[in-house]
Amino acid sequence: MDRIKGVELNGAEIVVRCLQEEGVEYVFGYPGGAVLYIYDELFKQDKVRHVLVRHEQGAVHAADGYSRSSHKVGVCLVTSGPGVTNAVTGIATAYMDSIPMVIISGQVPTHAIGQDAFQECDTVGITRPCVKHNFLVKDVKDLAATIKKAFYLAQSGRPGPVLVDVPKDVTAMVTEYQYPETVSMRSYNPVRKGHAGQIKKAARLIKQAKRPMVYAGGGVILSNAAPRLTEFVRLLGFPCTNTLMGLGGYPGTDRQFLGMLGMHGTYEANMAMQHSDVLLAIGARFDDRVIGDPAHFAQNPRKIIHVDIDPSSISKRVRVDVPIVGNIPDVLDDLLTLLRADAGERDAAALEAWWQQIATWRARNCLKYDRASKIIKPQFVIEKLYEVTGGNAFVTSDVGQHQMWAAQFYKFDQPRRWINSGGLGTMGFGLPAAMGVQLANRDATVACVTGESSIQMCLQELSTCKQYRLPIKIVNLNNRYMGMVRQWQQFFHGNRYSESYMDALPDFVKLAEGYGHRGVLIDQPADVEPALREAFARKDELVFLDVITDQAENVYPMVPGGKGITEMILSEEL
Amino acid sequence: MRRVISILVENEAGALSRISNMFSARGYNIESLTVAPTEDASLSRMTIVTSGSEDVIEQITKQLNKLVEVVKVVDLSEAEHIERELMLIKVRAGIKEREDMKRMADIFRGRVIDVSDNTYTIELTGDCRKLDAFIQALDPGAIIETVRTGASGIGRGNRVLRV
Ligand SMILES: Cc1cc2nc3c(=O)[nH]c(=O)nc-3n(C[C@H](O)[C@H](O)[C@H](O)COP(=O)(O)OP(=O)(O)OC[C@H]3O[C@@H](n4cnc5c(N)ncnc54)[C@H](O)[C@@H]3O)c2cc1C
Ligand SMILES: Cc1ncc(C[n+]2csc(CCOP(=O)(O)OP(=O)(O)O)c2C)c(N)n1
Ligand SMILES: [Mg+2]
Repeated sequence: MDRIKGVELNGAEIVVRCLQEEGVEYVFGYPGGAVLYIYDELFKQDKVRHVLVRHEQGAVHAADGYSRSSHKVGVCLVTSGPGVTNAVTGIATAYMDSIPMVIISGQVPTHAIGQDAFQECDTVGITRPCVKHNFLVKDVKDLAATIKKAFYLAQSGRPGPVLVDVPKDVTAMVTEYQYPETVSMRSYNPVRKGHAGQIKKAARLIKQAKRPMVYAGGGVILSNAAPRLTEFVRLLGFPCTNTLMGLGGYPGTDRQFLGMLGMHGTYEANMAMQHSDVLLAIGARFDDRVIGDPAHFAQNPRKIIHVDIDPSSISKRVRVDVPIVGNIPDVLDDLLTLLRADAGERDAAALEAWWQQIATWRARNCLKYDRASKIIKPQFVIEKLYEVTGGNAFVTSDVGQHQMWAAQFYKFDQPRRWINSGGLGTMGFGLPAAMGVQLANRDATVACVTGESSIQMCLQELSTCKQYRLPIKIVNLNNRYMGMVRQWQQFFHGNRYSESYMDALPDFVKLAEGYGHRGVLIDQPADVEPALREAFARKDELVFLDVITDQAENVYPMVPGGKGITEMILSEEL
Repeated sequence: MRRVISILVENEAGALSRISNMFSARGYNIESLTVAPTEDASLSRMTIVTSGSEDVIEQITKQLNKLVEVVKVVDLSEAEHIERELMLIKVRAGIKEREDMKRMADIFRGRVIDVSDNTYTIELTGDCRKLDAFIQALDPGAIIETVRTGASGIGRGNRVLRV
């Protein structure tokens, strides 16, 4: 891009120029009074394409899905007041999962700030707790430098959403424009290299391990470290598990992969986690849904090595022995170098015995379900989805049982293919996220696994899908229940299904048709595969598959909240 | 455990609320917080007195460091340091009480900085315990109003916090 120096531009032109400089392809947004100048400038150019959503929450989730599936920064543009408040759920979702994103929000003119002006809200105050950082730009002279900083902050260190609030008068004011080439901030210097001494200690522990376990999370995906992790785990011959956010960080079909761990993790992953003697945590933050009760987890002594770029993720819920603050690819490279130079003296017999132990845990076959069922089992649908898409689809998901089944039954061999809201658990995420994924990967197969309740939270985006011809395949696992809520009520609230059943569900087929898409109802197990095949063969069309599934099915295994990770409830079939 | 944390932070609008928000959002307590610009006007220096277990304090310093505008964080209470707090206290000082009150202020090296027919306003600096002790030493009925700044802290000797 030609660098234009020293030209006089107004604030709106500067915003658009900066986005061009950053190579932004898509801005997901919704117009309003405070951003009209910016929209006017967007209109006058064609480098940055704007995607008009139907609700600002959808804009943020779409930018989020775009980022997760492409490793680029997601960008959104919303107006002041309600535009911003609608966006907050999306911003908090991105924040919890450390997704790099820049949100540009309009604000009332500087002279009106604090006057309870029309569509004024304290955007910086409202979003402060759910952004990596935010800025209010009061002087057009600071605008370009601030946007540069926002992009830098969003994608460096532990990534996250950064919001830039721009008052309307600032977008009209003129100044000399120059996009800074670099950013330096004395208060912000994320590390990359891990401490050499700590890495040596880690290598020593790894060599001595008798029951090693690699527990890798979203950090592996965020730092594009999947190939390094795979190399590392294979070199050592260790078992590996991924968190919900880390799926695809290690190949899901590999023999050394034990499946996801945690509340709905596999028996073998949770058992191996608990009984390991050396645990290597890589870009995973010992979430409460992962290790359950920390006191129970601590009952088995083990040495823990923890690699994370954010020191505050380390020793937050679980004390670790060897903290390594650094960027995963850098740290793994250093570790690999050490281990390759001196791989000797490892206890092969112990590792062999450990794998035998793991084999007995695996033999429990904890994901077993009734394949002969006359009613469609949700797990079966995901298995068929996996087969029909050859395991190569981008799969977005909403939140609930369907999310867990997708995570358990779709084997992700590649990173950035599994797109879901883990930290905040935001129902409504799936469809708009799929839009961003499809835009970032125009020719790819994109499936959105959802539930009849979740899909209704951002349903309006079906209209956006039509406008931009996004051929997403929506797989609605329709159990006529807020299944995850119903499951908790069954287990922990005496089968009192308080408000988890939704009457008067829409006819989803007609609804899809109403938006100009194709809708298909599937209620027989035998129809699942053919219907999926037909849907995925339609490369240019959004197909809404309304799959009527077993209302009573539960997600197993399950670790009840507050319990230890080996205190799993297993399926009745076992 | 009581801890005194010193922070150098960019002197920017919103930095203070970012820090105090972090404490409330994560359920950490703030006993006192003081802030003012340093000799370099682009930096503010903050002293926060807090309390918590080792783990909590470790998280507090990590979470502070994570804030983009925070330049440096030091747990002063990890080593030798000095704390000072200023208190202005308005006390009853009619004809009968005047002498006693003046004597009491002298004992604590306080200064009477304002006088009316029936009140004294006393200025007192020291560490928090000294100020507490002064309040303890007074008859509660004699106290009309108190205002305290909260502690400011600095390391002893060569221990410095600067960019
Ligand atoms: C209904 C429901 C059920 C759930 N059940 C489960 C479950 O059974 N199992 C499960 O695992 N999760 C489950 N979750 C998700 C859970 O809530 C957490 O979101 C998830 O476990 C966190 O994953 P993570 O530890 O990989 O951390 P992430 O949130 O992905 O965090 C990534 C970590 O990597 C670090 N990092 C980022 N970039 C780098 C870098 N370049 N270098 C080094 N480190 C970096 C970050 O600092 C951070 O600490 C569930 C969620 C829902 C909604
Ligand atoms: C916005 C939001 N509100 C409420 C919840 C709590 N919640 C978690 S799962 C769930 C039910 C989801 O139902 P559905 O989409 O039908 O999925 P299912 O569990 O049936 O597969 C609810 C209400 C949430 N995660 N997000
Ligand atoms: Mg449901």
